[in-house]
Amino acid sequence: MTTAAKRLPREFRPADVRDAGADIDVQKVRRDFPILRQRVRGRTLVYLDNAATSQKPQVVIDAIRQYYERDNANIHRGVHFLSEHATEEHEAARRTVQGFLNAADASEIIFVRGATEAINLVAQTYARTNVHAGDEVLITAMEHHSNIVPWQILCEEKGARLRVAPISDSGELLLEDFEKLLGPRTKIVAVTHVSNALGTINPVQLMIEMAHRWNIPVLIDGAQAVPHLKVDVQALDCDFYAFSGHKVYGPTGIGVLYGKSALLDAMPPYQGGGDMISSVTFEKTIYNKVPYKFEAGTPHVAGAIGLGAAIEYVNGLGIDNIAAHEHELLAYATDIVSAIPGIRLIGTAKEKAGVLSFLLDNIHPHDIGTILDQEGIAIRTGHHCAQPVMQRFGIAATARASFALYNTREEVDALVEGIQKVREVFA
Amino acid sequence: MPDLRELYQEVILEHSKAPRNYREMATANHRAEGYNPLCGDHFTVYLDLEGDSIRDVSFQGSGCAISKASASLMTQSVKGKTRAEAARLFDQFHKLVTGQSPANGNRAELGKLAVFSGVSEFPVRIKCATLAWHTLHASLEGKQGTVSTE
Repeated sequence: MTTAAKRLPREFRPADVRDAGADIDVQKVRRDFPILRQRVRGRTLVYLDNAATSQKPQVVIDAIRQYYERDNANIHRGVHFLSEHATEEHEAARRTVQGFLNAADASEIIFVRGATEAINLVAQTYARTNVHAGDEVLITAMEHHSNIVPWQILCEEKGARLRVAPISDSGELLLEDFEKLLGPRTKIVAVTHVSNALGTINPVQLMIEMAHRWNIPVLIDGAQAVPHLKVDVQALDCDFYAFSGHKVYGPTGIGVLYGKSALLDAMPPYQGGGDMISSVTFEKTIYNKVPYKFEAGTPHVAGAIGLGAAIEYVNGLGIDNIAAHEHELLAYATDIVSAIPGIRLIGTAKEKAGVLSFLLDNIHPHDIGTILDQEGIAIRTGHHCAQPVMQRFGIAATARASFALYNTREEVDALVEGIQKVREVFA
Repeated sequence: MPDLRELYQEVILEHSKAPRNYREMATANHRAEGYNPLCGDHFTVYLDLEGDSIRDVSFQGSGCAISKASASLMTQSVKGKTRAEAARLFDQFHKLVTGQSPANGNRAELGKLAVFSGVSEFPVRIKCATLAWHTLHASLEGKQGTVSTE
């Protein structure tokens, strides 16, 4: 438990969570999320837009509030009580993340703004040093824009080539094609662990093994994975792992880049500024050790502490219990939604997490979204920042329901009733 | 609470399913493209301008019910009109969907376009209703590039 969580008053602790046992008592869990109590448009809120961002439990809200009420100070530089204490809490959050990902050392955890910044960091430091004209960067056809554009920028600057491993009609990576695209020119592989638009879980362990046979480092975009499944970076043997705090019940503006020590040590810094240096003269600057070398400027201390509290909350429930609950919910939703006449599911991979993307007859997803919203049901509609995925399926957009640990079967039933309402309006 | 039926009126639903003037126009002397990438709404508006008047107008593309019906009803409304008349209609339509048109105001001039009055209760859908109109405007002005209302 982080120092922050230890110091929370008894009533702020997730007691329900610790008593939850092997399974998730979803009604108990829901009481931890104040936002879920409200009504929107006269209806009980049904929040099914978790792949965009998750809601925050009271323990996270309290950890952030307490930091500002009691502990706020700049870190890594003060000799006074508050600074020392804030530094301790910030670094405790780093150790919490380390444990969550099973990283070998806390110094391998770099705090960034989110998965997007984590990927940009690797593109602009490791890859900028190691990718040259004629080299290749390999991604997949199911990436979020955040795992496409940073590589395009790099490839354009370097005269390198962006290669894209194709996917099947069900939204699964074509592993043989992926393997064939690896070669002596490939300097880095960047793949999503779980697709935000399709829900597909990629066989990343296998992909990492394939890439490592060519000594190619692999970055995993875990933004959609860490809320839903156990991630062990040492077991995966991935070289970099990126995720955002706000999708795993933490605050916005904080995220994590994990990197293997040997790689991080050899990489040039990302941004220059305070905190990332050991000494500065006008002639020469000595950079700080990792992870601080990559954390220029005053960091998002409250964000890191909030993320630590979120991970403690997830750990308290047990990520395997969360995964089991969500898996059951997704299976139920897949069954009853696909039984609705006119429904076409986009993304039907065997291994999926958390996401149900669908089309209904020729009704545009935005019309579906507006009608569901009138029923108090929040889903995402559009291209989900994955336009190449939409192009792959020859569509402009989908409607996407995405699940979290606090969603219930009753909410899935409400979604189905909402879709029936859409059908009535467009009958 | 806004009423769904105010937004999805029968006329709108009917035009979205069977859009009028939905065709490519080989004889067009003006054309413009409208694209809202976040929504995926994507239309091309074709114009046959004779002097100052719109001899023919058509459109093609894909989008939500609101954007498609708006494009369809727009083509019906501006056909045979002068540029100035079309611009005035756009102005009134814009006021209608952004809630700046008094209920007892000059809605008579809008004719069938008045069915879009419900859009003002759904602010995120205003961009859908106005995409075709902004595209028409660009086409009339002979502007280059793609129009967006996002």
